[in-house]
Amino acid sequence: MKRTFSIGGVHPNESKLSRDAHIETFPVLDVAYISMAQHLGAPAEPVVQKGDKVKVGQVIGKPTGFISGYVHSSVSGTVTAVEPKGDLAGMPVMHVVIAVEGDQWCEEIDRSKDIVREIPFSAEEILEKIQNAGVVGLGGAAFPTHIKLNPPKDKKADCLIINGTECEPYITSDDRIMRERPEEIAIGAAIMMKALNVEKCYIGIEENKPEAIISMMKASSSHSGMKVVVLDKKYPQGGEKQLIDALLGRKVPSLALPIEVGAVVQNVGTSLAVYEAVQKNKPLIDNVITVTGSCVPHQRNLLVRVGTPFSKMLDAIGGLPKDAAKFISGGPMMGKAVANLEASTLKATSALLLLTEAETKRKEESHCIRCGKCIEACPMGLEPYLLNKLSRIGGMYDELEKEKVHDCIECGCCLYSCPAHIPLLDIIRVSKAEVMKIMRNRSVKQ
Amino acid sequence: MITTIIYTILSLVVLGLLFSVVLYLVAQKFKVEEDPRIDVIESLLPGANCGGCGLAGCRAFAEDVVKSPSIGSFFCPVGGDAVMEKIAAALGREAVKTEPKVAVIKCHGTFDNRAKTNFFDGYASCKVMSLLYSGDTGCKYGCLGKGDCVDACKFDAIRIDERRGIVEVDEEKCVACGACIKACPKSIIELRPRGPKNRRVYVSCSSKDKGAIARKVCSVSCIGCGKCAKVCAFDAITIENNLAYIDSSKCKLCRKCYDECPTKAIWAVNFPIKVPITPKQEEPVIKTYNREEQI
Repeated sequence: MKRTFSIGGVHPNESKLSRDAHIETFPVLDVAYISMAQHLGAPAEPVVQKGDKVKVGQVIGKPTGFISGYVHSSVSGTVTAVEPKGDLAGMPVMHVVIAVEGDQWCEEIDRSKDIVREIPFSAEEILEKIQNAGVVGLGGAAFPTHIKLNPPKDKKADCLIINGTECEPYITSDDRIMRERPEEIAIGAAIMMKALNVEKCYIGIEENKPEAIISMMKASSSHSGMKVVVLDKKYPQGGEKQLIDALLGRKVPSLALPIEVGAVVQNVGTSLAVYEAVQKNKPLIDNVITVTGSCVPHQRNLLVRVGTPFSKMLDAIGGLPKDAAKFISGGPMMGKAVANLEASTLKATSALLLLTEAETKRKEESHCIRCGKCIEACPMGLEPYLLNKLSRIGGMYDELEKEKVHDCIECGCCLYSCPAHIPLLDIIRVSKAEVMKIMRNRSVKQ
Repeated sequence: MITTIIYTILSLVVLGLLFSVVLYLVAQKFKVEEDPRIDVIESLLPGANCGGCGLAGCRAFAEDVVKSPSIGSFFCPVGGDAVMEKIAAALGREAVKTEPKVAVIKCHGTFDNRAKTNFFDGYASCKVMSLLYSGDTGCKYGCLGKGDCVDACKFDAIRIDERRGIVEVDEEKCVACGACIKACPKSIIELRPRGPKNRRVYVSCSSKDKGAIARKVCSVSCIGCGKCAKVCAFDAITIENNLAYIDSSKCKLCRKCYDECPTKAIWAVNFPIKVPITPKQEEPVIKTYNREEQI
């Protein structure tokens, strides 16, 4: 039996339609809209003004808090505006708009294809390079990487986990980079091992990516302490807590970070970004985005510069498919619906998924019969039916906190498994936000 | 046989007397002194238990009113001034007059005025929707039309107009308890004084977008042009964040702003319909050569 996490989880149809599409470089367009909120935490502050000339890789946004990061220009040209623009949810976010002129890169960036294997830097230098390159977690949450690699002094990590599970259906960007650039990923992992001063590194890959497993095994064999672990196919294996459970058998306590059990989890995409940042001085200005869906005639894995509007990416698949009804940034389980197609891609955008009306239509809600399927599916050991009931009464925040609603990772397994089609996650998410707010207020008061 | 019955009855009577004495003593020892006025005041209150006063139901209101030295900080929005006067009389205190209020929806983004840009398929709740994105129209400030306020209202005073996609307040039923204001994630509901003869003037828009953007997404949005503020003779209108606000305490209901507003975002309700004043016809020039026509 292959390893996987111990409780909950579902098996959605994997639909990896684009798994055989090679990574293609998407052309640079004539305008780039670069968001200042590319990471979790405080948005960056623009440091350029209208009329400034910028090069590829130049800093255009500087961090404004502890959890924040640098933002770099992904194109070269003239800044035409620094203004709020709608993000994919339609909310206004500060953007730097750059009219593209040529493709001039900053001199210090090494653009050659040669693989640099030697790591001559110290842990501090590595962290500084990662921070200056604006690297964020590419697994979805976009948490600034340098903070994750620099745990508090009293906590010690004993192993690094590289997340190559890609448990979300449809998305294949991690699969493709593991197949096409395994050596760089392995070197990136070695760099992070050095930064954390750990001896062991596990690369978790699900069994449905045999080519990626073979290529990563080959690449990791030259690094000591690095090991590829084949995992069973189950969603949400890519969740930090689930992956630590699957690989190490350690349980991360409620409200704690993975460092509590001595593990640091990084995505394979982040690993590649770390390699480029440290060995090639290249900031995080492009990432691989899967453009897929059953209605898409040409499945694509595209290397896209940050700040490309979603609407323009549809050109790569031959225009807007007729029956596309819903656009999702990310996978079908945890991705966000794109309400504003004029929004641009972010560092952590992993996929643009197009669903037809038949695929996305919600079924009519009926009554809860307490079958317990949601409890069986919940990877955090919660009772979604109860959280739903408590939320609908309204005001039951003490009870919701007792039921650990704040532990919900919003994976959507409960909603997926519910035979009555109750929108469990929609309702639980509102209570979670409410309870988190109450808990934050309480900790501020104390 | 008969003695058994007598003994049984006697022992039960003795036990009963014993217990009653014990219970009486315990009741005296642990007696809770409660102001009898609390019950009186609770009976005066409407008993809606809506929480509109900010307290946990009518009983809590009665307890707090009795305890408090003055009545001024309490107000039952359901009963209004009539009930407050009765309460004041029962307590022998001075009643404080408050202005009757009503909830107004500061958005009029109907389907006709505000085009839909996408379709929301999730759970029909404004809270859920606002957590996910800005809304299914271009306006990120306006009414989402999923009816969280309707669910919150205990007086059946708000309803969704399905045909037009907007919520409406029934001013006859509204008691201004404020439950809808708490329920609305977009904060577009405001309690405003009902005004003389229920007449009031307000800005029916919450958009803080710049004029050009606001106008593009909704034809009846406040564009912050400031014409209303200029025309107002009483300094009642302020413009903040591209949005006009009419201070009801200063407004004299002259409706100059209503006439001036280029987007018709200002509403004047319950006024008699204005008869358009036709310009006075000019005196016909007397033409001496055609007298018959004039007669």
